[in-house]
Amino acid sequence: MSAASSRYQVTIEADPNVPIVRMTRDFDATPAQLMRAHTDPDIFARWIGPDGMTTKILEWDARTGGCWRYVSERDGEEYGFHGSFHEVGDNRIVQTFTYDGVPDGVALETITFEDLGDGRTRLHAQSLVDSFEGRDQWLASGMETGVEQGYAKLDALVGEL
Amino acid sequence: MADDQLSRVFAALADPTRRDIVARLAVGDATVGELAEPYDVSVQAVSKHIKVLADAGLVTQRRDAQRRPCHLEAEVFDLMTKWIERYRAKAQERYERLDAVLAEMQGDEHPTLPHPGHARGEAS
Repeated sequence: MSAASSRYQVTIEADPNVPIVRMTRDFDATPAQLMRAHTDPDIFARWIGPDGMTTKILEWDARTGGCWRYVSERDGEEYGFHGSFHEVGDNRIVQTFTYDGVPDGVALETITFEDLGDGRTRLHAQSLVDSFEGRDQWLASGMETGVEQGYAKLDALVGEL
Repeated sequence: MADDQLSRVFAALADPTRRDIVARLAVGDATVGELAEPYDVSVQAVSKHIKVLADAGLVTQRRDAQRRPCHLEAEVFDLMTKWIERYRAKAQERYERLDAVLAEMQGDEHPTLPHPGHARGEAS
């Protein structure tokens, strides 16, 4: 599974004491570029969705107090997500995240872009959910998608650029 | 692992006392009495927690003379680690797509510079 061997790997930690998942990942880009990739809807739609799915942005107001909504679509099946931008700062985005299939569930996500200098940035993403059970099911659900996707399509995408 | 056992594992670990018990058993086997010592709860209450953990397959108890030490079944956690690793792999895919998009953005902003051909930052 290491065909696409980016030199930057995601680190992930499921906190044992609070229902939080923390991830970090470095990028060859500035904080401003990462901010744009997270707030410009056209750019965001190009990378957020799982492989093989098309992301359609339905609402997008990436300002403090704004809201967002998009659907990921594959073979006529749609999976909707929505939330609000609680804070859109210079190097930080705080937002809520709800999967429409579990409308009572909500995660609070804090994404921070740490400037490492030399055009590199470390992304910190923290997701707080409302229960350990919810978090662990969420972690487990990610697995199925990860398995079925494979890396072939990603290789193709990276190869094009 | 069957789905219902999966649910029992999640439910078992949703309780802070049980997570604490699991953390202590990760260090070494212990009896219910030993596990109860640091808590402000009865041995019976700890026994109930152990039963929940045992039903989920997380803990076993064996007979060892008069003692019945509780033992953590570490392979269940190996499985959880695998789930987390798969989730990590999914995030890695997502961020490699973002790498590619960012590499294009760099190209847009510096049209006179050579395109960073490999999105992997290996250009000298």
